[in-house]
Amino acid sequence: MAEHTVKSFDAELELLGRHISEMGGIAEKMLADAMDALANMNAELAQQVIAVDPRLDALQRTVEEETVSIIARRQPVAIDLREIVGALRISSDLERVGDLAKNIAKRTVKVAGEGRIPRAIGGLRGMHDLAVVQLNDVLDAYAQRDAERAKAVWLRDAELDAMEDAVFRELLTHMMEDPRNITFCTHLLFCSKNLERVGDHTTNIAETVYYIVGGRPLPTERPRGGDSAAA
Amino acid sequence: MNEAYSQDHDATSAEVFGGDASGFIPALPEKMSVRNLDFFYGDNRALKSVNVPLYDRKVTAFIGPSGCGKSTLLRVLNRMYDLYPGQRAVGDVLLDGENVLDPRLDVNALRARVGMVFQKPTPFPMTIYENIAFGVRLYEKLGKADMDERVEKALRGAAIWDEVKDKLNASGLSLSGGQQQRLCIARTVAIQPEVILFDEPCSALDPISTAKIEELFDELREAYTIAIVTHNMQQAVRVSQYTAFMYLGEMVEFGETDQIFQTPRESRTQDYITGRFG
Repeated sequence: MAEHTVKSFDAELELLGRHISEMGGIAEKMLADAMDALANMNAELAQQVIAVDPRLDALQRTVEEETVSIIARRQPVAIDLREIVGALRISSDLERVGDLAKNIAKRTVKVAGEGRIPRAIGGLRGMHDLAVVQLNDVLDAYAQRDAERAKAVWLRDAELDAMEDAVFRELLTHMMEDPRNITFCTHLLFCSKNLERVGDHTTNIAETVYYIVGGRPLPTERPRGGDSAAA
Repeated sequence: MNEAYSQDHDATSAEVFGGDASGFIPALPEKMSVRNLDFFYGDNRALKSVNVPLYDRKVTAFIGPSGCGKSTLLRVLNRMYDLYPGQRAVGDVLLDGENVLDPRLDVNALRARVGMVFQKPTPFPMTIYENIAFGVRLYEKLGKADMDERVEKALRGAAIWDEVKDKLNASGLSLSGGQQQRLCIARTVAIQPEVILFDEPCSALDPISTAKIEELFDELREAYTIAIVTHNMQQAVRVSQYTAFMYLGEMVEFGETDQIFQTPRESRTQDYITGRFG
């Protein structure tokens, strides 16, 4: 796309994009570390994840300030307006992804002493891996302003929902087998919910990317993959 | 499970279309219709096959860089160009279905139906009262009471009555720029036209006067069909329901104002409104 006649406007938009990329990188790393910490019962790594979160919050505030300032000074329209509104939305989704990763880390700190049934974590690992791939894909779609790729991410979220369903059943089985598993498995249940929520924020970002590129929204209804876990 | 999202969701708008206005099926009555209009300054073709509707009692904004033909188009709508030799229009400009380019048409009657407000306020060097009454007398013979009533109505319609009601005998030139412009709008409204053309009505005014005139647009469009040429894009967004983007004498895109400024279909429109031109 051609440059703005006012060059500083381009510089501001570029800075905004860079801040979103940085937020994306931090959120991805937090999520990966949180899962590693949980899988290995590593409380120290979990504490590190918790410690990084304020950085993500600060970046989100920066993005908010930048967008408000640009709107006030430039009165953006069309693609510029969509870029700016999009950055605002994506930053808030990424901040939430960070919160969810932090929550997994907090639970890891709590259960690190009692890794009762390590095999119960296997299903979560699968959810996590898909959530990370999805998040990675949607951030690439944003970087390349690729609407089709964003739509593919959006459609694939149904798989994550289905996996959460399976994890729910599995954990329920462990709890029924031995009530002493209940505390541990309940924490894992919340972790799976967190991963499912990461998927929802990822699809939000996919919707935003799709809107930025074409100016049209995806349908409001998204395909669902699971149901019982939502109960 | 695909049913929830398999339906095509991009067919939301019959209102959006690129290129010129042909092929657009309007749901609204057209007060004026420009069809295949060419305009020449001598040999220079300033408008090229322009098609555009002015919908009844809507505000249509014309935007585009200097020299794109938007003011030229406005001057065709009430045959203003007739005053200049060597200028001619070819095509159809319909007002309620009647071609205003017809040489047999009474141009004075046309200009009573299609009024115009210019960039610079142009009050006559006479009293505020006479500024309004002068034009009315050209077309109608009113008694004193009726004329008083007409003058007040026009000044109220242009949102300037409260500021001038106690000094109707003061010179129109004694008013501020913003007041002078509203006086000119009142003068236009007093003739009871059907269409009002505004050629950059706020470009010489301060922000408060501009706001007052923009506020006026919402009231005016209840009674009149309005076309406005403006270089201020935010103004176009605020006051108009339809926007036409012109470039080098062509109608590049016409559509609902929200569509033009949110999701323009033509890349030239997008480049212009986002400040990426040239």
